[in-house]
Amino acid sequence: MALPTKHVLGILVDNLLKRGSVLKLSPRTTVRWAQGLDIPRGGKTVIYTGHMYQLIPAISALATKMAFFENSWITKFFGLGRFANKFINLAWFMAQTDPQETEHYNNILRNITQLLQAAKIDFGYLYEEEMYSGALVHDEGVDDAFEQHAQRVVEVFRRNGVRSVITVDPHTTNMLRSVYPKYCKNYELEVKSYLEVLAESNVEALRPLNLDVTIHDSCVYARYEDVVMEPRQLLTKAGAAIIEPENAGKLTHCCGGPIESFFPGKAQAIAAKRMEQLAATGGNIVAMCPICLVNLKHAAKSMNTDVMDISDYLVEAYCGTDLPGSPHAVHNSDQYNEVVTHG
Amino acid sequence: MAVVNTKFIDDISASGSFNAAACMNCGVCTAVCPMGQDLLPRQLFRYAVIGVEEKILEHQETIFSCLMCRMCEQNCPAGVKITENVRTLRGYINRTVFGLSRV
Ligand code: SF4
Ligand code: SF4
Repeated sequence: MALPTKHVLGILVDNLLKRGSVLKLSPRTTVRWAQGLDIPRGGKTVIYTGHMYQLIPAISALATKMAFFENSWITKFFGLGRFANKFINLAWFMAQTDPQETEHYNNILRNITQLLQAAKIDFGYLYEEEMYSGALVHDEGVDDAFEQHAQRVVEVFRRNGVRSVITVDPHTTNMLRSVYPKYCKNYELEVKSYLEVLAESNVEALRPLNLDVTIHDSCVYARYEDVVMEPRQLLTKAGAAIIEPENAGKLTHCCGGPIESFFPGKAQAIAAKRMEQLAATGGNIVAMCPICLVNLKHAAKSMNTDVMDISDYLVEAYCGTDLPGSPHAVHNSDQYNEVVTHG
Repeated sequence: MAVVNTKFIDDISASGSFNAAACMNCGVCTAVCPMGQDLLPRQLFRYAVIGVEEKILEHQETIFSCLMCRMCEQNCPAGVKITENVRTLRGYINRTVFGLSRV
């Protein structure tokens, strides 16, 4: 069992302050997903990834390739000490990431962009200027470092004249919408998750989703940010039948992810328990947070099932895009084909 | 014998958001917690309120293994801000044990 030590927390803080993230990715890695999408630079409204989806393959590579299943990879990796960390760049390990996994998580960001474009939303992107939100350091209670970082992020918004932000994950939504105002004076940014933006728009489905979808609500969306109805509205409007697992909406069950870095054993036990509840419904399981997604996917493997990001289904319905590599989506084929031909 | 440390009380209450005194020890939080956290909201918060620093330091692992998922808060009849209180305790340990003070 690994306790977060002085070194581990110290290193996370050093990285946040010196490198702008708890685990620094190369700028090329963080913006690669946007290649070819022609998203304008900057603007009054921007999409804000907070690097969450981009970080997952790097964390997986560290955790699996270094074979730290048993104990906390973060503690072992950083066992080298705070001093050594100053010379370690996560970019080294990027060569070790699974290209398929990277493509998968980058694709989720592309889904979200296409959905916003289909809803005729005008938005830009801050590219290399965008930063991680500092969520982990805030949760661990290192407020001084968090505050300093938050102010730097706010400065980026100010410099670019950004007034409103569209977030793609619950943690960044919570930081920018509910936590930053407590740490930054005169903070007036309007923050909405892409699910809220889409639910408010009048985007129409191009292809109906004749699917049973089981929703895994994120704790942060449901209990911190009150995002519960939006994913349901969007799926229902596209023709999917929603199945609610035991523990849904405001009473959702955590995926275990938040303690994965320090207590992987406990985290995996929680994920397995949640996966059982989800799998018991027999529907196509969706998550809407990168941390939920990676943790539940891991637990799903041993149950011979899988978990998709909600955007994978939404993009199919609202943009008419074929679902990439989803052997698990079971369609009612007759109706589906009919719509495609008429579409 | 529990030792009361008044400096510790001052430090915890300086955050302004530590509201553990409202807890009426009903046990709902433990019943709904996916981690089965028994000590954390009900006992450790109480020790913090009365200033028994050693209990907080003794149970660092418990304090750092909360998921911050708010299942407890959603169901707490007394409106205890459990996750914010956990963050306050983490912050105290960060400063006094890990030396992660001002940056
Ligand atoms: S649910 Fe609230 S009032 Fe009840 S024991 Fe837990 S913290 Fe105290
Ligand atoms: S926030 Fe912490 S104490 Fe509360 S239910 Fe979740 S894990 Fe348990």
